[in-house]
Amino acid sequence: MADLINMNGYGFYIWGSYLVTGVLMVLEVILVRRRRAKVWRRLDRIGRMQAHEDETRVEDEIET
Amino acid sequence: MAINWFKYSSPASFYPLAGRLIPWFGILAAILIVIGLYLGFVVAPTDYKQGEAYRIMFIHVPAAWMSMFIYVVMAIYASLALVLKTRLSTMMATAMAPTGAMFTFVALWTGAFWGKPMWGAWWVWDARLTSELILLFLYIGYMSLYAAIDDPRRAARASGLLALVGVVNVPVIYFSVKWWNTLHQGASISFGEAPTMAATMLAAMGVMALGFWMYTIAIVLMRVRCEILERERHSDWVQEMVGRGTHG
Repeated sequence: MADLINMNGYGFYIWGSYLVTGVLMVLEVILVRRRRAKVWRRLDRIGRMQAHEDETRVEDEIET
Repeated sequence: MAINWFKYSSPASFYPLAGRLIPWFGILAAILIVIGLYLGFVVAPTDYKQGEAYRIMFIHVPAAWMSMFIYVVMAIYASLALVLKTRLSTMMATAMAPTGAMFTFVALWTGAFWGKPMWGAWWVWDARLTSELILLFLYIGYMSLYAAIDDPRRAARASGLLALVGVVNVPVIYFSVKWWNTLHQGASISFGEAPTMAATMLAAMGVMALGFWMYTIAIVLMRVRCEILERERHSDWVQEMVGRGTHG
């Protein structure tokens, strides 16, 4: 295990490369998933607003 | 049976198709990267010249390949958008840019972490390194230009043109080690030449490259779906999805 971390003295360079690559790739997935959630939140809000508008319009029509 | 490929150039039919493909490419990417890491760290022998440090190659070379490959594909989509004015082409190009920039950064970062123990310097203004840095600026320039223009059609045209002009840089990166006297070593694999490295090293690098490729397809499809939803939010098919309450 110690050998794997040390890598004959190159551990810092090897793990410094792999760690940053891994973190960036995982981070990219998280960011895109968050963007997707944000887009859907916005679409749902607009959808609810429209549904509400439709409802009030129907109610108005019934009243008149 | 004839498949109507043009059908999938419309965002409405591409959106669900992309959604079905993402898990497959994602799983494939994970499997290939795990196999690649196993081959790279367990199976591949220690290099007689560079010792263990050469193992950085298994991410450095695939990342550098992806950085160039993504740029070329992005420029193709951008030119399709310029010529055919297809909406999906622009969305694909803009969805690819961040991943391309990420891999360019990874190639530069891992290059620095490989250069330091081998050359004694994190960075040198060598033709290969400099042209790869220009590639990073091109990606950033493309994204900034697209974001800076409000009108989507004008944004697509301006950034598309930049992407297209910037493609000149890709052969410069690729052949830089031949054209100039560089500190950077020559190509790891050349067409028409027998590879100079051990078969297991080559296999590890190839599998990692395939893994990165599958990752790229998965993440670009994820991002293009966001892009489609944002741009087509007023269209009937998106409204219908919202109405049904399904997050397809």
